[in-house]
Amino acid sequence: MLERGDVKHAAQLTSAPAAETEPRPLPAYLRLVRDPKVVCAGGFILFLVVLAIGAPLIAPQDPLAQNLLNATLPPVGFADAAPGFLLGTDGLGRDVLSRVIYGSRVSLTVAFVAAGLACLIGSLLGLMAGYLGAATDAMISRLVDVWMAFPPVLLSILLIAVIGTGLHSVIIAIVVIDWTRFCRVVRTETMNQAQMDYVVAARTIGFSRPATLFREILPNVVPVLIALLTLEMGIAVVVEAILSFVGLSVSSDTPTWGGMIAEGRQIVHEAWWVLAVPLAALFATVVAFNQLGDGLARSLDPVLRR
Amino acid sequence: MLLAVIVRRAAMALITLAGVAVIVFVLLRVVPGDPVAMMIGPGATAADIAALKARYGFDAPILTQFWIWVHGILVGDFGSSITLHLPVTEILANRLPATLELAILALLIAVLLGGSVAIAGTLMRRTLGETIIDGLNSIMLAVPDFIWALALVLLFAVAFPVLPLTGRINPDLAEGFATKFYLTESVLTGRFAIARDILSHMIMPTLALALPLAAVIVRLLKQSLKEAMVQDYVLLARIKGFGELRLVLQEALRNAVGPTLALTGVQFTFLIGGTVIVERIFAYPGIGNLAIDAVINRDFPLIQGLVLLFGLIFILVNVAVDLGVAALNPRLRHA
Repeated sequence: MLERGDVKHAAQLTSAPAAETEPRPLPAYLRLVRDPKVVCAGGFILFLVVLAIGAPLIAPQDPLAQNLLNATLPPVGFADAAPGFLLGTDGLGRDVLSRVIYGSRVSLTVAFVAAGLACLIGSLLGLMAGYLGAATDAMISRLVDVWMAFPPVLLSILLIAVIGTGLHSVIIAIVVIDWTRFCRVVRTETMNQAQMDYVVAARTIGFSRPATLFREILPNVVPVLIALLTLEMGIAVVVEAILSFVGLSVSSDTPTWGGMIAEGRQIVHEAWWVLAVPLAALFATVVAFNQLGDGLARSLDPVLRR
Repeated sequence: MLLAVIVRRAAMALITLAGVAVIVFVLLRVVPGDPVAMMIGPGATAADIAALKARYGFDAPILTQFWIWVHGILVGDFGSSITLHLPVTEILANRLPATLELAILALLIAVLLGGSVAIAGTLMRRTLGETIIDGLNSIMLAVPDFIWALALVLLFAVAFPVLPLTGRINPDLAEGFATKFYLTESVLTGRFAIARDILSHMIMPTLALALPLAAVIVRLLKQSLKEAMVQDYVLLARIKGFGELRLVLQEALRNAVGPTLALTGVQFTFLIGGTVIVERIFAYPGIGNLAIDAVINRDFPLIQGLVLLFGLIFILVNVAVDLGVAALNPRLRHA
């Protein structure tokens, strides 16, 4: 039985024997750990995942515990700061640091689940459009065009209005909006791959069309997909923050960065840190996902690599 | 040939807009929340509710409702807002100028800022300056308007409180305008003190909208410029003794600007989408801020009108970009 990718390997061997004289490129994982961008950004995301999972053990205070006597205490190092509240307290006296740590749970859940689902749906449709072509392609491509005529922010708010607020609504809204991104990229990439010798070879030795698509083409689309997925996670985190900010995400008793930012925006003249701390967390997370995606694209893309 | 492109694009645009209209209409009719229930007091009787439904036409079959709506659009009547009790067209006409001024000013700033940084980066290529520009820009590319807006709040309303945090104009000055294009009108009629007040309100929202677009322009234009700078025609001009700045501005820029122009057009539609949240943050009275209120209040007629308006703006921008690119591309122009 042929393993995935064997046909491509064989096709390369027969069509390009001269390749052996060139130095062999490093394997992908080695290139990744040598890229400082990937290491730093990936390290930060990993740190965030640990924070989110271990929030009950790591957070110094109960994120929901209110104490109006402790309201709007500044971060440690400023006048009037209290030692128990490293990054200060909000208008209800809740610990900002603990709330940011707990807030990472919602952000990361949305990042992984919403971006993952959008990736799954978009890629499937993209693979079909790119490989089957003709009527399937025309239909899917037209659908993508109509979809992208909607302003994304407006569409997400409209969707939430229709299906109600909550974490599942935010995830659905992001999937509904952003599958098109994956669909377009995967469609183009699949079309490029379908032209290659190895695909013809696979068909010639008797692979069925679905087998060719999933066992030969898909593994070669995956590198592009991983980079895009990482970028999409950054976008999902921002969309969730925006929807929480407007008050359309999870209920207000769950700490979210967007919800904290909305509260901070209201009392920005009295307590700037209530806005600044979650904003900094959001900024760092978005930049990290973006840099990781950039680095992955560069390391995994065979064309950019050279 | 250019005419054929225009006709084809316009036809596609109309089909897309019709699709958007149908989707929005159907989507809003399957909503579980009843708009009438939101409008009426808790003590209302079934008869009151039925009367109100009849008044706004919610009791008719969905196809009839759709027909009334489409017919209304064709004669310029979008219905009345449920919460504001005004014709939708009137509300949109009052709010749209504020958003247009905001978006166009942001576009101008993005092009000027992005263009000059790209040119500066090209002049400094293979120096420390270029490395710094590239490094900063790769981070800027990741930062969306939402984060910029709030960072600007912290900078210009808290750390250095020099700019007004909310609104479009000092209410005392908002008298005696013939149009709703306050900035344009005050500049054209020479009322510069008022123009300065409006600009001070607009700096933060426009910057928040402009900076992400500027970052995109820097990356693409700089790359195109660098590619153009090693072409033969630039070498020829260099041999003729042209200075470096003149090489970039006069020779490379003209040939490198095409792809950036096309992308700027696409990105401009994102910028317009961004006005929704940025207007919200700065309580700026445009259609974006209105859209969020309309959705929170389930104001169906207003939501429908707003989505169609946004769809129309997007399509117009896309057609304009296609025309601009076609007009700049000699192969299409003479084909």
